[in-house]
Amino acid sequence: MYSRIIVPVDLAHVDKVERALTTAADLAAHYKVPVVYAAVTGGTPGPLAHTPAEFADKLAAFAAEQGASRGIETSSHAIVSHDPAVELDHALLKAVEETGADLVVMASHVPGLSEYMFPSHGGRMASHSKASVFVVREG
Amino acid sequence: MSDDPNQGIPLPEGETEIIETDYEIGQDNLEGAVGPFGFDIHNPVFLISGLSVVIFVFYALVLPEQASSFFGWLRPALTSTFDWFFLGSANIFVIFCLALIVLPLGKVRLGGKDATPDYTYTGWFAMLFAAGMGIGLMFFGVLEPVYYFGTPWGDAPLGAVRPFTEDGALIAENVAEAKRMALAATIYHWGLHPWAIYAVVALALALFTYNKGLPLTIRSAFYPILGERVWGWWGHVIDTIAVFATLFGLATSLGLGAQQANAGLEHVYGLPNNTTVQVVLISCITAIALVSVLRGLDGGVKVLSEINMVVAALLLFFVLFAAGVGGIIANFFGGLLGYGQEILALSNPIGREDTGYMQGWTAFYWAWWISWSPFVGMFIARVSRGRTVREFVICVLLIPSLVCVLWMAVFGGAAIEQVIADPAGSAVKAQVIDSYNPPISLFAMLEGLPLSAITSTIGIILVIVFFVTSSDSGSLVIDTITAGGKVDAPVPQRVFWCTFEGVVAIVLLIGGGLGALQAMVISTGLPFTIVLLLMCYAIYKGLTTEAR
Repeated sequence: MYSRIIVPVDLAHVDKVERALTTAADLAAHYKVPVVYAAVTGGTPGPLAHTPAEFADKLAAFAAEQGASRGIETSSHAIVSHDPAVELDHALLKAVEETGADLVVMASHVPGLSEYMFPSHGGRMASHSKASVFVVREG
Repeated sequence: MSDDPNQGIPLPEGETEIIETDYEIGQDNLEGAVGPFGFDIHNPVFLISGLSVVIFVFYALVLPEQASSFFGWLRPALTSTFDWFFLGSANIFVIFCLALIVLPLGKVRLGGKDATPDYTYTGWFAMLFAAGMGIGLMFFGVLEPVYYFGTPWGDAPLGAVRPFTEDGALIAENVAEAKRMALAATIYHWGLHPWAIYAVVALALALFTYNKGLPLTIRSAFYPILGERVWGWWGHVIDTIAVFATLFGLATSLGLGAQQANAGLEHVYGLPNNTTVQVVLISCITAIALVSVLRGLDGGVKVLSEINMVVAALLLFFVLFAAGVGGIIANFFGGLLGYGQEILALSNPIGREDTGYMQGWTAFYWAWWISWSPFVGMFIARVSRGRTVREFVICVLLIPSLVCVLWMAVFGGAAIEQVIADPAGSAVKAQVIDSYNPPISLFAMLEGLPLSAITSTIGIILVIVFFVTSSDSGSLVIDTITAGGKVDAPVPQRVFWCTFEGVVAIVLLIGGGLGALQAMVISTGLPFTIVLLLMCYAIYKGLTTEAR
């Protein structure tokens, strides 16, 4: 059915996307496919990491921890963007292509981004990605 | 991407020397939402800078005469009293940058040893120019060289000879020397010194952000001097002044720029020159800037800057060929040679007799560049990750200086040739020397060349698009500083700053006070000169601990 699931995450708000993470893990277990956790960072230091390399490490650690606790095969994919506030959707679409994932599982409304002008990230992904998109409503 | 730590090749000193601090980026931020608009702002920098802008606008509106006489006195008082300080400091910045090119410290790479550049040379250069001085080149390219060439007001650089008699006839034997000095003196203001000022700020920010892991905000450069105190009030003050200077710098240039564009439109198309047209112009510029802001760094500023660079290059080549390649090439090398010969005399800070030029022009320019440096420097830093320090300094210092020499040789040279060819009938002389109409000078020069209707239109479009890029990159910079160095704060915040800047410009345009507040902004150049001197020390300290 599917060969690889990609889950875009915002490392600063992983606690708010529990349903999406669980859904992705259940689907992965069901279809026996790996999950890739993707996240976008700017080149400048942020609250989570001082360098893109440190960010990639944190994401990898998150993926490993998810794999261990949920018993699925996981990996991570960090994306560096010049302007993450604006280029998030574009960067995620690229990540889907680069990882060869064919199912996107994502939470709707990661807080505080530009959804007022544009459709939500889930909406953008669904209309632009070749992969299937499962938008999980949180709470 | 930076080095993958799992490659198994341990680097001798690690890839960068991250500064260990307990401060977490965003820890002082307020996050929330107003209706559908999310925000993530630094407390208190956002509020204080926003409020102080409102207070100053209010002051200029309620007490216009007091404001204009106070700031109108303050700015010239500072640039004449501290002329030696401005000139001396600018010399230090140039020497410091040149030293970085030759010292082994230049090998340090911004972003860590294995970082790769974020932008190609074309995109990078385009953005350096558009943010740094595009608009100034349009405004002063003809004005300044012609002014020095024929100034009757006694402020000729180094007391150069006058090429005109009292009744406006040419003095043939003085022409060549006056032209050489005019080009050299102009190039001096647009060459190594301003770019060294920008390079110092940009390098300080890039180093402490990309290599030291501190937030992308002005205060970070002071970590080696102030230590943990930069996260407290010291840092708040530095960041607030930077936001304040940037916002007022942009808003007043936008207002004055709209008046200039309007003067151009009146001259070329006979459009009425009044507040309504200027308000429409500001609104259009702000609206285009908003679209660009929403499209982000790569889809907005970068694209506009590249378009601008191409159009400006076309205009440059047009003037080059229309005015005669041979003469202009001679001006280019003549100007460069004159600059080389006179740079020591021009940059000498003490014992000068040409105070009209030194205080009225040089010290004014230095204060002006320095008051813009937090904005331009921060923007340059934002797009410079992955360059080595040497490459960075060469590209920010030498190449833009050469382009400015070319620009001044082409536009200024062509204009001076027109004045020499026909002193009585030249539109340039009429608009710059006989009566002083700065905004018209570029168009007056273009009138003397073929196809002036088309080239003047291109000139006006360039002025407008340069303003759009400034407004856009300015909003980006202000937003980053007021978000405590976060680059992924909600986009509505940028929209807010961009709009705010347009509104301030319109309010000041209608209520009066553009000139007064611009004088105030330039006055901030004095404290910032001290800031920049400290930055040189911080850069040196920061670089010495980096892996080369």
